[in-house]
Amino acid sequence: MMASSYNAKDEDGLHPGSVGSGGPGSVKSKKPDNTAFKQQRLPAWQPILTAGTVLPAFFMIGLIFIPIGIGLFVTSNNIKEFEIDYTGVDMSSPCYICAQNYSWDSTSVCTCSVPFTLDQHFDSNVFMYYGLSNFYQNHRRYVKSRDDSQLNGDKSSLLSPSKECEPYRTSENKPIAPCGAIANSLFNDTLELFYIHPNGSRIAIHLVKTGIAWWTDKHVKFRNPGGSNSNLSVVFQDTSKPVNWRKAVYELDPADPENNGFINEDFIVWMRTAALPTFRKLYRIIQKKKDNMTPTLPPGNYSLEVTYNYPVRSFDGRKRMILSTISWMGGKNPFLGIAYITVGSVCFFLGVVLLIIHHKYGNRNNSADITN
Amino acid sequence: MSFFGLDCTRNREREVERKIRANDREYNSSFRYATNSIKTSKYNPFTFLPLNLFEQFQRIANAYFLFLLTLQVIPAISSLPWFTTVFPLVLVLTVTAAKDAIDDINRHRSDRQVNNRKVNVLINGKLISEKWMNVQVGDIIKLENNQFVTADLLLLSSSEPLHLIYIETAELDGETNLKVKQALTVTGDMGDNLEALAAFNGEVCCEPPNNRLDRFTGTLTFDTQKYSLDNERVLLRGCTLRNTDWCFGLVLFAGPETKLMQNCGKSTFKRTSIDRLMNVLVLFIFGLLALMCIILAVGNGIWEHQTGSKFNAFLPRKENIAFSAFLTFWSYIIILNTVVPISLYVSMEVIRLGNSYYINWDRNMYDARTDTPAEARTTTLNEELGQIKYIFSDKTGTLTQNIMTFNKCSINGKSYGDVIDHYSGQRVEITEELARVDFSFNRLADPKFLFYDHSLVEAVKLELPDVHAFFRLLALCHTVMAEEKKEGELVYQAQSPDEGALVTAARNFGFVFRSRSPETVTIEEMGIQRSYELLAILDFDNVRKRMSVIVRNPEGKLSLYCKGADTIIYERLHPSCNKLMKVTTEHLNEFAGEGLRTLVLAYKDLDEEYFSEWKQRHHESSVAMDEREEKLDKLYEEIEKDMMLIGATAIEDKLQDGVAQTIEQLAKAEIKIWVLTGDKQETAENIGYSCSLLREEMNDVFIVTSNSPEEVRQELRDARLKMCPDTEQDQFLIPEIILGNTPKVVQDENVNGDYGLVINGHSLAFALESNMELELLRTACMCKTVICCRVTPLQKAQVVELVKKYKKAVTLAIGDGANDVSMIKAAHIGVGISGQEGMQAVLSSDFSFAQFRFLQRLLLVHGRWSYLRMCKFLRYFFYKNFTFTFVHFWYAFFCGFSAQTVYDEGFITLYNLVYTALPVLGMSLFDQDVNDRWSLEIPQLYVPGQLSQYFSKRAFMMCALHSCYSSLVLFFVPYAATYDTARDDGRDGADYQSFALITQTCLTVTVCVQLGLDLSYWTVVNHLYVWGSLGMFFLLTFTMYTDGLFRLRPSSFAFVGTARNCLNQPNVWLTVALTALLCVLPVVAYRFFSSQIYPTINDKVRYKVCKMKEPAPRPRHTRLIRRSTRRSGYAFSHAQGYGDLVTSRRFLRRPALVSTGFTPTGRSPGFKPTGRSAGYSPVGREQNPKQKVEPTSLQMFRAVKDSSY
Repeated sequence: MMASSYNAKDEDGLHPGSVGSGGPGSVKSKKPDNTAFKQQRLPAWQPILTAGTVLPAFFMIGLIFIPIGIGLFVTSNNIKEFEIDYTGVDMSSPCYICAQNYSWDSTSVCTCSVPFTLDQHFDSNVFMYYGLSNFYQNHRRYVKSRDDSQLNGDKSSLLSPSKECEPYRTSENKPIAPCGAIANSLFNDTLELFYIHPNGSRIAIHLVKTGIAWWTDKHVKFRNPGGSNSNLSVVFQDTSKPVNWRKAVYELDPADPENNGFINEDFIVWMRTAALPTFRKLYRIIQKKKDNMTPTLPPGNYSLEVTYNYPVRSFDGRKRMILSTISWMGGKNPFLGIAYITVGSVCFFLGVVLLIIHHKYGNRNNSADITN
Repeated sequence: MSFFGLDCTRNREREVERKIRANDREYNSSFRYATNSIKTSKYNPFTFLPLNLFEQFQRIANAYFLFLLTLQVIPAISSLPWFTTVFPLVLVLTVTAAKDAIDDINRHRSDRQVNNRKVNVLINGKLISEKWMNVQVGDIIKLENNQFVTADLLLLSSSEPLHLIYIETAELDGETNLKVKQALTVTGDMGDNLEALAAFNGEVCCEPPNNRLDRFTGTLTFDTQKYSLDNERVLLRGCTLRNTDWCFGLVLFAGPETKLMQNCGKSTFKRTSIDRLMNVLVLFIFGLLALMCIILAVGNGIWEHQTGSKFNAFLPRKENIAFSAFLTFWSYIIILNTVVPISLYVSMEVIRLGNSYYINWDRNMYDARTDTPAEARTTTLNEELGQIKYIFSDKTGTLTQNIMTFNKCSINGKSYGDVIDHYSGQRVEITEELARVDFSFNRLADPKFLFYDHSLVEAVKLELPDVHAFFRLLALCHTVMAEEKKEGELVYQAQSPDEGALVTAARNFGFVFRSRSPETVTIEEMGIQRSYELLAILDFDNVRKRMSVIVRNPEGKLSLYCKGADTIIYERLHPSCNKLMKVTTEHLNEFAGEGLRTLVLAYKDLDEEYFSEWKQRHHESSVAMDEREEKLDKLYEEIEKDMMLIGATAIEDKLQDGVAQTIEQLAKAEIKIWVLTGDKQETAENIGYSCSLLREEMNDVFIVTSNSPEEVRQELRDARLKMCPDTEQDQFLIPEIILGNTPKVVQDENVNGDYGLVINGHSLAFALESNMELELLRTACMCKTVICCRVTPLQKAQVVELVKKYKKAVTLAIGDGANDVSMIKAAHIGVGISGQEGMQAVLSSDFSFAQFRFLQRLLLVHGRWSYLRMCKFLRYFFYKNFTFTFVHFWYAFFCGFSAQTVYDEGFITLYNLVYTALPVLGMSLFDQDVNDRWSLEIPQLYVPGQLSQYFSKRAFMMCALHSCYSSLVLFFVPYAATYDTARDDGRDGADYQSFALITQTCLTVTVCVQLGLDLSYWTVVNHLYVWGSLGMFFLLTFTMYTDGLFRLRPSSFAFVGTARNCLNQPNVWLTVALTALLCVLPVVAYRFFSSQIYPTINDKVRYKVCKMKEPAPRPRHTRLIRRSTRRSGYAFSHAQGYGDLVTSRRFLRRPALVSTGFTPTGRSPGFKPTGRSAGYSPVGREQNPKQKVEPTSLQMFRAVKDSSY
């Protein structure tokens, strides 16, 4: 932009130096100090919107944004994503029966198997998400219904959770651990993935269940009470499990003490509430094959085995399973690419329009002298 | 609220009647009357906190936030933790409390100063010097000349005859003329006899304290006699004793019960038009807030009904739907509270304070001669300075210096006064460096008299008879009084400064007027004292326009000396002077062209017989019962003829420096200047011409000087019809005004050509009647220039009020004297000219400086910048807060209207306080669109301010719409960018905390970019503030999201790790860039577009500045040379001169002059005119140049005369 730095040292008043200089010893004059600050003459950069600055800026923005947008768009398009809704709303859906017999506390296990086909091969690491729709994890009462001190392993909070957790604060006169509505509504479907080999055999795909939560959450925000080595069942003995849970918090992953209790990653992921009512959360990671030659998920038929526990029909919610690869810009989202291309084009177009306007009117108006 | 202290004392008990016994403290103290100590301060160290807080919470904004705070502690409603409100509130309260504390400390200081003044109190028969605060009701105190009256007193006795005293009441009612009070004879006879006074045991029974300055009733019982007391006997606190050596008084009311204190605090609290607009906008904002909350509450009800009820398994709800909606309403009131600008008021105060300091600091508004810098006495009106449409100016002391200088003269066809360069033969401009004429040969010369033409003094020394006659005339023909306190130190008291200037000129050129008695005038001619017998004074009046004296010189020769207006004198000259007349006329034209006031001098020798016969007839006429005036006039006409021309004088009514240029500049800025002066019409017109308010090229100058309402109306109507033949008649306007309470705003009517209007006080009195004021206003507003002359202080205020009432315009009144106080208080902005003696105007003004010309800098530079800054500030402030808040509104639709915030609580707390406070403050303290030189160079830049173009309801709506757009972008771009997506490691990236961080980053960056776009003057400080605030945002964000703070308080810092996990995503940065660009793009495009199609004056000037790398050269104003054919005449007094007083013998109670054989009899209230006309000084301003119209001095005279019967 244009800069016109102005640094004037003009004389004071109309009578330069004639009066008031006040020789040494004279009474201190009330004349204000001659500093750039007090006289409002601080040197300054004074940008203004001229054709010389605005029009190039518009073209530059156009030139920068369009390639970025194209890059983003291509990247997003290269991401492979597969999504399947297993809510079981339709009669034809394999999970229809499970979806009908809902209750939180049913002890019987309902499973369903959803077949699907991948047309493309998925390379590199493949991320498996579950997605929920119309689920208001961002509702104010829901969001605040947790006790971060308790989740951080604070002993006193463990036994007397924050009032924010109401009405999931105590159950059977025992404090609930983890307390609150968020923990109470933990997503508890179990998803398993099988590859149906063309020869008909079902090959279970190995799903990694650690490394799905933020490092800071796993290591800072969430801690089990009593340190990492203690016996969790003892630590939690005076607490009650959340009312909707089938098992206690220390039974989430008894096999792996690093993934049990509050630091269970499925739990941590769930506790990071979503911003919008439609969201997806990372469930498992399918790691790429060691040899790098064969795709992580080759094209073909697959079967998703669902242990259907989580009721969403009541509030018209949907449950999805998503398989996706990842790029430098994250998951598949064409918005940014399109937006950049659009904005870039608009800038370019505006630049042209303003250029024409400037040629037609600008010179005439701006060179017109200010009538004194 | 400021009279806390006063209220308490007043309400103590209802006093019905006041009983006082003189010299009896015990008796009086039984009534517990207030003592004389005053207290204007509000707090003491213990009461400060509770009282101040109580007061602050009376303000609607603060009370509103207190209310919010109570809402926030209700868990069911609280959508935000308490600290988001407490921090800003505490900050606001602290800043305001600090300001109040400083103000109160100053009040304490001034109270202490007043309370500790000393006065002599009569205690036990002795005068004891006491502090004011210790004076009690019933005490007898002694006041001396020029002392302030301590309390409301009953006058007992005085040094003057007839127990008179003179007081000045300027502090009470703004009138500077002296008033007379008289003591009762029974008390007055005690004089200064201390024993008698100490024994005085009169009892006063009077009315209880009240605030009526003009009324007092009571009785004095003394020696079993009852005397009634009225206002004549009472001296009020706040007056000053003048011209009276001493007086004794009995204290009736003291301290807070005095009439002055009961009256104080009436000074109106001025608010700027932006303040008033803000009040409307705040109401609108409250409405908007309520509307949004209602929409969201209804939304909540619907959501709970449709979705929430099914969601109960996950999120149990206890309340029913209606109650939930009700709670949501309040929750959203809390969340959306940021649309109500709490910190706005404080920020505005800070900005105004800052801009006031710039005025105090400006070296270009510092007057070196009087060592006075400009001062912003009110710090809350700055931006109004940028919107002035009408200026009401006083004349004397404001436009003019009230100094008359003898500049030039023409003697016997030779012109003196110009300095001619010897080599070029050109006239040299007179500057201070030029060599002055040395008057050291004359021991009686006035050292302050300046003259540059050496040839005149040579002529005097050469004893040219014409020159001598010229100065002899000046020394003899006048009504000036001389006072010679010490040998050789002459002080002249003149009726008009013009006369004083002429007599002083004669004095310096060796014809020194030394003294006069009723029969003689004594002058010293070139060192020789001569006494002329004064036979008659044929005085000035505005018909005769001349004055003559008839004197007999020591040699016994009779002469008539006459001076007067050229046209008048020329008719009465002897035909032999024709040749000289022609030359003199040329000179007169030249003088008039330079705007000097001229007088022609002539003389005539009389012969003895004729004169004695004339004298006889004169005597007969002057005692005639009928047609005395006519007869005298005829006699005067008879003797004043066939005179011999001597020459002409030219006197300059010195304008203040740069007045004409300033007026020219202000006119270019489309500011209308009305001159309101108590001065005579001729003088006012003259000044109008010489400061180019009136110009000869004007199509017409209407002069309204009628004496009946019908004539005035007709003249005004004629003038309007002449200016604009198809102007509507006023009939349609009047009924509307009677019907509607709010007066109609009168629009400007367009007129082709320039017109001026001169109206005098008489006509103005009629024109200001409510049935004619519109007529006046419409006519006056069509004229380029309006001059009101001979107006009273009250009329000045009325004129201002008139314009305020019917014009939606900001007015400014500028003046220097007590008679301007009412106008200064009435106008939106009052400006006082400081550095002079009278301080009343300054004390009641909002801004003060020493020179009229500083007005252009005050308005065109400081005012314009202040207005610009304030408007930019407001626009930006609303933008940033609305944008911030509206995002919540959009988010509500995606979170079940649950009053979930979009941002982190910490961010909400700090957004207004830390992240965005300083950049906008920096903008509103430093921004300038163009620098001061350009502002002065192109006064048209001022016009947008007058039209309130920078901030108005429309601008506010634009802001709101812009915010609406920005908030949509700010919400939906991050929404779309994070929708159903993941981070680059596949993990969760669309969680609430990340979304909050992304949105608040976008918001912070966007408002910073927007600020950068608005900022046109990037100083170092602005860079520091803008980048610092952005840096601060990231720094604090990272800090608040650190592990350490989380471990300290896990529930308060639950965002741990979000910054680290979120801001390392390229996606996030791309989103931020996109958002900021999208928000700013339309603004840039629109601004560029409008600057191309409809460039404003600012656009043009800035473009010009941009092209010219060098700052504009300062415009060199060449000396204004007017080629004028208008003869500028001497201003004659409307009232009769002092002539008859001079000869009446009555006035000369001041003997003073040793040489005339009078014996001094002590000071007495003799001839001492104190009016404006009397204070005369050739160049300096030692004497009080203020300020009273002539009749008052005469009134004084009459008082003296009457009293002596």
